[in-house]
Amino acid sequence: MVGAAIQRRLTWQVAQVSAHVRDTPRCWRISLDVELGAWLPGQHIDVRLTASDGYQAQRSYSIASAPEERTLDLVVERLDDGEVSPYLTDELRAGDAIELRGPIGGYFVWQAGLGGPVQLIAGGSGVAPFLAMLEHHQAAGSDARLSLLYSARAEDDIIARERLDEHAQRAGVEIDITLTREAPDGWKGRIGRVDAAMLAEAVIPASEQPQVFVCGPTAFVEGVAEALVAQGHAPAVVKTERFGG
Amino acid sequence: MDHIAAHRLDGNAAAGRLEDVFAVEITSVRATCNGCGATAAVAELTVYADAPGTVIRCPSCEAVVMRLAQVPGSTWIDLRGARTLQIPLR
Amino acid sequence: MVISRGFLGRRRDGDRGGRLPPGQYDVGDRFPVLSAGPTPHTPLERWDFTVEIGRQPAARWSWDEFQALPHEEISVDIHCVTKWSKFDTRWSGVSLDALIEAVSAPMAAFVVGFSDGGYTTNLPLADATGGKAWIVDRYDGGPLDPEHGGPARLLVPHLYFWKSAKWVRGLRLLDHDEPGFWETLGYHNRGDPWLEQRYSGD
Repeated sequence: MVGAAIQRRLTWQVAQVSAHVRDTPRCWRISLDVELGAWLPGQHIDVRLTASDGYQAQRSYSIASAPEERTLDLVVERLDDGEVSPYLTDELRAGDAIELRGPIGGYFVWQAGLGGPVQLIAGGSGVAPFLAMLEHHQAAGSDARLSLLYSARAEDDIIARERLDEHAQRAGVEIDITLTREAPDGWKGRIGRVDAAMLAEAVIPASEQPQVFVCGPTAFVEGVAEALVAQGHAPAVVKTERFGG
Repeated sequence: MDHIAAHRLDGNAAAGRLEDVFAVEITSVRATCNGCGATAAVAELTVYADAPGTVIRCPSCEAVVMRLAQVPGSTWIDLRGARTLQIPLR
Repeated sequence: MVISRGFLGRRRDGDRGGRLPPGQYDVGDRFPVLSAGPTPHTPLERWDFTVEIGRQPAARWSWDEFQALPHEEISVDIHCVTKWSKFDTRWSGVSLDALIEAVSAPMAAFVVGFSDGGYTTNLPLADATGGKAWIVDRYDGGPLDPEHGGPARLLVPHLYFWKSAKWVRGLRLLDHDEPGFWETLGYHNRGDPWLEQRYSGD
């Protein structure tokens, strides 16, 4: 297992919002200054909101920045009927304080010491933990093969597009994006939903024994994981994180 | 989108609540279901987090493995559905 | 604790004419779904409803027999312990009075509702009878949706909504109290929203 098994109990801590930037029509990148100590790529935090009368709501968000980066970043997708995300995207501003606890998780985690090959598969804002893994891969100078298959609705919805394009230029890194709703003229990537046929073609084959991480909406994650196991990937190496929705 | 799937998460979503109480990295802990005997990492368990409390179920047989409720001043945990918890040490 | 400036959750302002119990908010047209497990899909031909005395079945209705029982139209406000309330919900169902009167259980002082999936909830007999509780199989003029507890659920609108067990399959009449799924995990044994009985000790 990655990291230390024994740790302290978690407590709520105050973080300062240092940047609040709209990245796509539906997703914002929120950068936080907080003393959490080093986190591992793939870990998440819980965010807690408290109304003036004491009413509270909490949600989990993956950490989208590498431990080597200066801020702890989240990618928040605005869910129109949500309770927490519209607050985080519409109301929260740089300079505000927010409560969080973490870092959380040791199962859905990859760091350079674990080597490769590594296959990452993301649906929508499920790409967030993989952004942390890609940044860490670069910062740590890892030579592990790292391959990302990322499903987005349309070109505008691709999160961290510029950074992904830069990562794609690095040796050992492959970025494979598929658009499910609409693709512009001249789109060079894939088109269509991630299905068994696309996985068979795009994913590092089971014979090369990749570590596989799948993150996204529950139905996406379960469909992908089931297809991968049917294609010979051992269930134990297919690690999943569902975010509902 | 499958409306019911939207309510079904995995053990990663319950980890913060559990680590409020247990001083271990909980998602790597392996739990054995008292119903069917299947063993899985907590991260792989099925979580329903929007009920009044948090209900954590076996991915093989859907039996309740753990229940967790945060009420003012305490956390209640029911582990009857977990035959064993195997906690990795370094 | 940090107060999140401007955070209200999903709540709306206004006192709603005294219809909101303390700490609740009006959810409006939405009908939130809270799930503690997978939604059961028991086929109607296999569905039945049982009234037990102790653990012994004393009366049983098939789906068709249950449909033939006299149904009442109910329009009530409902209140969830997670703080949403919904006004003027319209249901159709069979009064618990009628179901319990079908058996002879002079010892009964408590009722446990039990459901597909293993969920249970407990009620004093006084909260289950006297025209205060129903087994409902229709909502807003149509069949009850599985995600809202169909084919049939308990409806005990004067208590927090976790008492209104989804996917209910029977009632167990007991001479003693047996706290149910949430009542054994820190939630209040009775759950009166007007007394804000959310948690044990409230």
